[in-house]
Amino acid sequence: MSLRSAGGASRWDGAPATGPEAGAPPSAGQQPAGRKLLRRKSGHPEIKQKFRPLGKQPLGLLFSAPYVIFILGVLAYPLGYAVWISFHQFYFTAPGVQVARPFVGIGNYITVLSDPAVQRSFVNILVFMVINVPLTVGLSLILANALNRITRLKTFFRVSYYVPYVTASVAVIGVWLFLFQQNGLINSLLGPLAPNPSWLVNSWLAMPTVALYVTWKQLGFFILLYLAALQNIPDELYESASVDGGNKWVQFWNITVPGVRSASVLVTLLATITGANLFTEPYLLTGGGGPDGASSSPVFLMYQKGILQGNPDVAAALGVVLVIGVLLIALIQNRLVGGKSGEE
Amino acid sequence: MSVTSKKASVEKRRNLSVGSFILLALGAFVFLFPFYYMLIGSLQTSPDTSVGGAFPEPGNLTGENYVNINGSINLFKGLLNSGIFTGGVILATLVFGLLVGYALAQMQFRGRGVVFAMMLLVQMIPFQLLLIPLYVMIVRDYGLGDNYLGMILPFAINSTAVFVFRQYFMQLPSTLFEAARIDGASELRILWQVAIPLVRPAIVTAILLTFIGPWNEFLWPFLVTKDQSLQPLAVSLANYISNIAATASNPFGAILAGACVLAAPAVVLFIFFQRQFISTNLGSSVKG
Repeated sequence: MSLRSAGGASRWDGAPATGPEAGAPPSAGQQPAGRKLLRRKSGHPEIKQKFRPLGKQPLGLLFSAPYVIFILGVLAYPLGYAVWISFHQFYFTAPGVQVARPFVGIGNYITVLSDPAVQRSFVNILVFMVINVPLTVGLSLILANALNRITRLKTFFRVSYYVPYVTASVAVIGVWLFLFQQNGLINSLLGPLAPNPSWLVNSWLAMPTVALYVTWKQLGFFILLYLAALQNIPDELYESASVDGGNKWVQFWNITVPGVRSASVLVTLLATITGANLFTEPYLLTGGGGPDGASSSPVFLMYQKGILQGNPDVAAALGVVLVIGVLLIALIQNRLVGGKSGEE
Repeated sequence: MSVTSKKASVEKRRNLSVGSFILLALGAFVFLFPFYYMLIGSLQTSPDTSVGGAFPEPGNLTGENYVNINGSINLFKGLLNSGIFTGGVILATLVFGLLVGYALAQMQFRGRGVVFAMMLLVQMIPFQLLLIPLYVMIVRDYGLGDNYLGMILPFAINSTAVFVFRQYFMQLPSTLFEAARIDGASELRILWQVAIPLVRPAIVTAILLTFIGPWNEFLWPFLVTKDQSLQPLAVSLANYISNIAATASNPFGAILAGACVLAAPAVVLFIFFQRQFISTNLGSSVKG
């Protein structure tokens, strides 16, 4: 390997003028033939490129244009606009009406951060993540690992796991309301152990129930991600471990868990983002963040403050705070879960 | 590897798979039971929440709930609106996504790296930050509230689908396209007659990936549609749950009936095309 790559490097170093032929096979045996081929090939693009400053197929720009316009108009511009709104006093106006929108500095941020309802919603989201993220990572890895070992009924299990993920949240929330209501099936199964007040109207249990619901809803997607990652772990590793006498727990902790570390980073990040985006669940499952804001979420408050109460500036500031918070949490998680993967 | 140790490892694997099987069966029950219960609940005359209520009783079965929910919210109109919303997003994703995916994979032009970087970065932008400015722009500035276009616009081109297209086009040999160019075929013709027929699985995967978003989306259409006749089914069902249900005689029956109608298309679609929605496809879109 070292010999070949050294030879290859010198060959490429020796011909810096032939830039764009990276696709040519760097086989050491056919070096002279390869050189000839390169020289012949390189002649044409160079001449063409002199006349085509936009590349060999400038039409590619036109093909990309709709997508680029979409990104700039619907994603990049609003991103900047959100930050701008959060630093100004902003009102909703009818189309075409011009009103003064004075700069207020961090005024909106002070309003947001000193609001007890907002503080409560951030605590709620933290409770949510502490339950949801480890549960999601653990359960999806265990189920994906089990799914990877069996040969029969694999399709049936896979499909049954992602069915909740592909179903509208509004639809499955209907069943969860039915299951977890005061005299619902869960409470009749639990009998005297049923919590009082019931799950979704209990200020201690509302948020954990929401977290449990979201874990259940999203798990199938994360199982698929882990399944893809597990297929990249070579079977030989397990075989040699079992020859060395490692039992399945040793194998799981020493081969599977490190082998899917990059997937774990992704799963953790996506689960965190899902948690930060929580809206439908507090809106419908607990009837608008109830009881008494015990399950309200920042996005739900953005809707309430921004659109219902007409303070888009405060809501935009809340959005910025939320995104910065998620980025910070994601960075910390990356350090914790990613561990050694950065050194590879 | 010797025969004996292979036998031993097969034996070991079989032992493991029994445990795995029980675990998986337990999981499948937890995942599927709510759907079964949704169907049973939607057919009950009066809601039976005891353990026995989880099994169908001939005396307690009715289609009345479907009639009731259809009387409160127009199910057909809701499905149609959901279909237009989802269909618009899928159409825009296919047309513009195939164009840009092909350009990124098989065309050389200035700025290709920038477009590719943009595509990756976009997937990191959190939607909650865009909520207020998009609402201001689309509903207030452009006056697209209560409009299909306003619903579709923020979702119009699914970047994950673009990525899937690019990955599939990358796998095709570039000599194929060079040959077609030498023969004088235009880029559009190459895309339509050479490239697209070779990546049919990518198109099915992209449609499935894109479908989940708008069909299940609640927050955005909820914000932009106040007119009931334009609301997708997810929005009108949510409004029924939070506003009207309390006044109905069997609110849960009606909610569950609506939930079945909303869930059925997605569930059927994904069971039918489950082969296309497998880990390798998803993996290729995530790993990059």
